[in-house]
Amino acid sequence: MTDDLHTLETETAAAIEAAADPRALEAVRVGLLGRNGRLTALLRDLGKTPPEDRRARGAALNALRDRLAAALEARRVTLDEAALTARLAAERIDVTLPPPPRPQGLIHPISRSMEEMAAIFGAMGFAIAEGPDVETDWHNFSALNIPAHHPARDDQDTFYLTAPAGAPPPVLRTHTSPVQVRAMLARGVPLRVIVPGRTYRADHDATHSPMFHQVEGLVIDRDITLGHLKGCLIDFLRAFFAVPDLPVRFRASYFPFTEPSMEVDIGWDRKSGALGQGQDWLEILGSGMVHPRVLANVGIDPREFQGFAFGMGIERVTMLKHGIPDLRPFYDSDIRWLRHYGFNPLAPALLHEAA
Amino acid sequence: MKFTLSWLREHLDTTADADAIGATLTRIGLELEQITDPGAALGAFRIAEVLEAVPHPNADRLRACTVETGAGVVSVVCGAPNARTGMKAVFAPPGSFIPGTGITLKTGEIRGVVSAGMLLSAREMGLGDDHTGILDLPPEAPVGTPYARWAGLDDPLIEIAVTPNRGDCFSVRGVARDLAAAGLGTLKPWAPASVPPAFAGGPEWRIDWPEACPFVLGRVIRAVRNGPSPDWLARRLTAIGLRPINALVDVTNLFTVGLGRPLHVFDVAKLAGPVLTLRRGAGETFRALNGRDVAVTDQDCVIADAAGVQSLAGIVGGEATGCDATTTEVFVECALFDPVRIALSGRRHQVISDARQRFERGIDAAIMPEALEAATALILQLCGGSPGTVTEAGAAPDRRRQARLRFARLRDLGGADVPAEAAVASLQGLGFAVTARDAAGVTVAVPSWRNDVAQGGGLDQSPDLPPAQAAAAAAGCAEIEPECDLIEEVLRLRGLDTIPPVSLPRAAPVPGPVLTPRQTRAAVTRRMLAAQGLAECVTFSFLDAATAARFGDAPEGLRLANPIASDLDQLRPTPLATLAQAASRNAARGYADLALFELGPAFDAAGQVLVAAGLRTGAAPRHWAGPQAPVDAMAAKADLWAALGALGVPFEALSVTPDAPGFYHPGQSGVVRQGPKTVLGRFGALHPGLLAALDLPGPAAGFELFLDAVADPKRRRRAPPDLPAFQPVRRDFAFVVSRDTPAEAVLRAARGAERTLITGVALFDVFEGGTLAAGERSLGVEVTFQPRERSLTEAELEAAAAKLVAAVAKATGARLR
Repeated sequence: MTDDLHTLETETAAAIEAAADPRALEAVRVGLLGRNGRLTALLRDLGKTPPEDRRARGAALNALRDRLAAALEARRVTLDEAALTARLAAERIDVTLPPPPRPQGLIHPISRSMEEMAAIFGAMGFAIAEGPDVETDWHNFSALNIPAHHPARDDQDTFYLTAPAGAPPPVLRTHTSPVQVRAMLARGVPLRVIVPGRTYRADHDATHSPMFHQVEGLVIDRDITLGHLKGCLIDFLRAFFAVPDLPVRFRASYFPFTEPSMEVDIGWDRKSGALGQGQDWLEILGSGMVHPRVLANVGIDPREFQGFAFGMGIERVTMLKHGIPDLRPFYDSDIRWLRHYGFNPLAPALLHEAA
Repeated sequence: MKFTLSWLREHLDTTADADAIGATLTRIGLELEQITDPGAALGAFRIAEVLEAVPHPNADRLRACTVETGAGVVSVVCGAPNARTGMKAVFAPPGSFIPGTGITLKTGEIRGVVSAGMLLSAREMGLGDDHTGILDLPPEAPVGTPYARWAGLDDPLIEIAVTPNRGDCFSVRGVARDLAAAGLGTLKPWAPASVPPAFAGGPEWRIDWPEACPFVLGRVIRAVRNGPSPDWLARRLTAIGLRPINALVDVTNLFTVGLGRPLHVFDVAKLAGPVLTLRRGAGETFRALNGRDVAVTDQDCVIADAAGVQSLAGIVGGEATGCDATTTEVFVECALFDPVRIALSGRRHQVISDARQRFERGIDAAIMPEALEAATALILQLCGGSPGTVTEAGAAPDRRRQARLRFARLRDLGGADVPAEAAVASLQGLGFAVTARDAAGVTVAVPSWRNDVAQGGGLDQSPDLPPAQAAAAAAGCAEIEPECDLIEEVLRLRGLDTIPPVSLPRAAPVPGPVLTPRQTRAAVTRRMLAAQGLAECVTFSFLDAATAARFGDAPEGLRLANPIASDLDQLRPTPLATLAQAASRNAARGYADLALFELGPAFDAAGQVLVAAGLRTGAAPRHWAGPQAPVDAMAAKADLWAALGALGVPFEALSVTPDAPGFYHPGQSGVVRQGPKTVLGRFGALHPGLLAALDLPGPAAGFELFLDAVADPKRRRRAPPDLPAFQPVRRDFAFVVSRDTPAEAVLRAARGAERTLITGVALFDVFEGGTLAAGERSLGVEVTFQPRERSLTEAELEAAAAKLVAAVAKATGARLR
């Protein structure tokens, strides 16, 4: 290599090394390889070189150009990295700051229980039926074999609406059972429905609310037996409470609209509240084979069709399942209570056991 | 229904203890409420003899006693002044719990003398307040015997819940019969001997209303000495919570509870005239035995003498003719009353009595003569006297009934494999008499006390049924119902736990849809609103009429006739009303920034509809990254839009009109309409006047979504998506319009200017002031043009823009800014 090229390389390498930012480096590149750059000029002058030297000088110039270009590129990468690092450092934020709030809504425990019931009974082939909160006396009582003088009417603390003189006053339904009547009349048989809904009784204390929720169940077919009633309710209770071996006890009882009638208890520990443990029994729902009179009242011949019905308080099973101690806050809408017991709206209700 | 174990054993021969009896009662449908054993706390205490009581060597007030306990002689230090040598007392050994003091005894040394137990006072045993000294028992009290047993305090009290159908179990004998049939012993025979009359005469019966009282018996007993009942009778009544009054009255209570046979006793000296008439009331008033005046109606059956009404028949007797210590001539009434009329009269006058409780459930009409004989005998035994002849009116109705059980039905309805023999035995144990039997089934005569079995009576069928269907169903019921009654009897005695559970067979390989489209809408709306940050509430369907009126209509027809409280007397016109009250309660607790919603019924004169209502109050949470935004009408609209969007409502089909009801802010509220008739919802800021009335700190904005107004989704194939190959072109326009021009009009006109070319119109800016004239505003709109065949030329774009501007100008008078 000739001295001039050596000098150029040495000086340029020093200049590249000295370039502290991309602009300085660009100046070095232009001074070397730009239109008026030193190496550009040398390349341009190659033609003036004697022919016998031209080949060697050309090769040397090309080699020099490649080396310096590589050195420029290497320096550029280094400077870019440094610049990026500096920028990133400047852009640092306090990542411990709280993010902008996206207030989380929630589902009321009663709705959650209703969804779980729909999921479990839905898997057993039930559909959901509904009916009005304001009912006729016939739907709420008479059709269900509760005549006007029946002692059960005394027990039910019925709310009546104000009626025009002479007309029988409508009632606020005291149970979801009138929807049994409506479902049988509207859908006919066979039939499998549950009826979750609001119910009303004139009672207000620590364990009674004038409005509460029940879920009614009704299965009518040609060959439904009391064994199916027991199987269906045991299957439901064990799934709902997520206690696969939950003890379930059936006791003879009486309801006007079923015969035989039975109350259903589940095993629990009264002291700890743990379900499926301990030696105590807790009454949880009423049930029975649909009374032939109820069937006949809606035009179903009890010689052909039979079935079972049940009803349970939704608040009661919800309190048991989630260990909620008091009934009254269910309706108070205290935001602190709702946040404590409410459910994620996106949690799938099909996974009832994971709730 | 309460009774003691000893009373039960008078009718039931059994070795079972109270716990076994309680468990059986619960199993067979006579649910045990509780067993209380007053003797249980006294179990460790035994009768002892004080062999010697000498002054304590080191204490003036104490005595050192040597006590024979029956299990050895011990030393006891006693502070009672009446402790003396030779007395019989009650001894508590070390380790026993003293109920009156709450202390568990330990052997100790009191001032140098060993005390290995305690001699008890009545108060220390929890048997009263007497603490003047230790209990001083009579000399014949047997040493070593448990005190409670000797004193008759070990008689457990059993309380059961009797279901409305089991009138027969409102008697100790009825309970005993059920227990015997369930295998817990043998029912003792009850066959009272008749008491021959000593004379003829006494009051006569007359029945003027045979439907209410078909049959009545009576008997006079003269020369009785009425007074306090003997100990056994007083104790029996006291044990079940009845107050002993006098022997004659106590006998009636004994029969009411023991046999389920209510009786009444008149003091003959207080009756006017020789005839007692059973008739309708006629508006008279009489003073009942409970001290209350009863004004009887013509729907009430009364017993009247010549002076007037003396008794509300079968429910409560009259004070004027009742028996007391001066009674020397008594007339015993033993009647049969119509259960329905008793129930209605009892409810009408709000009298709850042991007699009503039994008559309204139906009593055993067949034992009336025997019961009267037994009552006569007992009165003679307790009060002496001389009985007259039995007088009667009417006749016992023929209530003989038959019922047939096909054995296969125990399996086909009951799900139980019961041997025919066992089924028949169960029925016989309950008193059913077999009248015919074959391989397929058994026919039985229903016992007179089981008014609930094969009772017949009319149906209450839906009036809309086709007559043939109604008749067939009724015929089926008449055939099936008595059999169901018998199946229930057989199954309950065996215990329903013996029936094997069977999971429901599948109705289809995969269950059908669980939710209707309407129910799906509710579920989607609930989740979407919660996902918007709103907390779901469940509030009452009723509230006070005044607040209801603020939220719309509060018609008379939706007012409760018997509200439980005056602030819960009107069905709500909208869930927004009760949500607002909930927000007010929360604000009073210091939580004013809320986002609540509810899905529930709203009521009006036409019926009820399902409404999703939401309410935001206060402001969004404070945050470092931005200013705190108070809630406003647009926040409520955003919630409503989110729900409508989730329900698939096409936004382009919606319009908003500013005519929301008066509980909204008139200038900041809207009604969401789909087409000319359908109202899907409403939203807006709540009226400041309303907020003030509800004590709700503002601001507050709410919405209502009428879920029943949302159309069911149509089942049709979706059109393919619009996926043009060319990039869309976006252009901004600023339209100047009058302030009164709805933005919706501008956007709708822009969108409609070129249906295929314009695919998007978005309002990005609203500006007032600056160079704009007062009453004007500028609306910045971004329009998306979507080329389809090829890219647009500048000229084409210009033409489209000009068309758009012209369309908006025509529709709204807008000009470009």
